[in-house]
Amino acid sequence: MSHWYILSLVGKDRPGIVAHVTQALYDGGCNLGEASMIRMGGSFTIMLMVGHDGTVKSLQNLLSTVADSMGLQIHIDKMAGDLHHHVEPDVQITVYGADRPGIVAHVTGALAEAGLNIVNLESDVGGTAAKPIYIMHIDGVAGEGIAALESALQIVIKEGIEAKLTPIEAMVG
Amino acid sequence: MLEILTYPDERLKQLSAEVTLFDAELQQFLADLEETMRAGPGGVGIAAPQVGRFQRIALVDVSSKPKIEQHGFLALINPEIVEYNGFVKGREGCMSVPDFTGNVMRAETITLEYRDAQGEKQTIKTGGFEARAIQHEMDHLDGLLFLDRLVSRRNDLFRRKVYQSKE
Ligand SMILES: [Zn+2]
Repeated sequence: MSHWYILSLVGKDRPGIVAHVTQALYDGGCNLGEASMIRMGGSFTIMLMVGHDGTVKSLQNLLSTVADSMGLQIHIDKMAGDLHHHVEPDVQITVYGADRPGIVAHVTGALAEAGLNIVNLESDVGGTAAKPIYIMHIDGVAGEGIAALESALQIVIKEGIEAKLTPIEAMVG
Repeated sequence: MLEILTYPDERLKQLSAEVTLFDAELQQFLADLEETMRAGPGGVGIAAPQVGRFQRIALVDVSSKPKIEQHGFLALINPEIVEYNGFVKGREGCMSVPDFTGNVMRAETITLEYRDAQGEKQTIKTGGFEARAIQHEMDHLDGLLFLDRLVSRRNDLFRRKVYQSKE
């Protein structure tokens, strides 16, 4: 019987990490689900749903050779699979500004208070080391309506953070 | 109710042929197609190839969306976009691709020529959500899905408008 696991992986970025990791999983008879794989700083990171009919230990064993040879740290947890039940975001929020401590906590705190459920968040630090800028994209569900989020963002904007909200209306046809 | 083909059904990737006969059989098909479109959750458009009929026929009706530019129920036969303006990103889903939505770039405004159900030539200009729906449905007539046009979420900042016309 197959279980779903969430595999978290991080290692110094180099070509071939995805190919080697997924080959080892394929050779071990695993199925792959949804994934997020991205370079962050100088590291490469993977969060990957893996369907495997053994235990956390046996999944770790499947990956031990590639982890050792490529210098990857791996962590595995059991998870509910729950594929084919996507939650559709109805709002997109983009935020940018001079990077400063607390910007994420401040903005997401205000939005959470106003009913936002984050479906997807991506953020980057750009600019220079001396003058970093922070850029964040959020797709989410406005649990208490768009107007509540707009009001929350207005407060953030008054404090000097650039933020914009755009309703997402998926066209289905 | 007609059955909707879902990807990876290869038939969705084929080119559809022009309509030449505007007869009673076509009217019946349009009625069946409309019923199928309205039965889909949130469906604001449908194209004939989605139900396995490979002719250049699409229906669009975005009148359920409040406060947008729209022309009500449109039966588009042999449609052709003669002018495109601007580009804008938006989220799309498809009855032929269940449980997945993604971002796609489309022209912001279009001028469209088509035949109506009676075969009369019509021209409309439209934009925004309706223009997006029309472009999505017209892609089906050429064997294209929105999956063929996905763009990354990551590398765009605030929505930018770039005007350019195709000649
Ligand atoms: Zn479609």
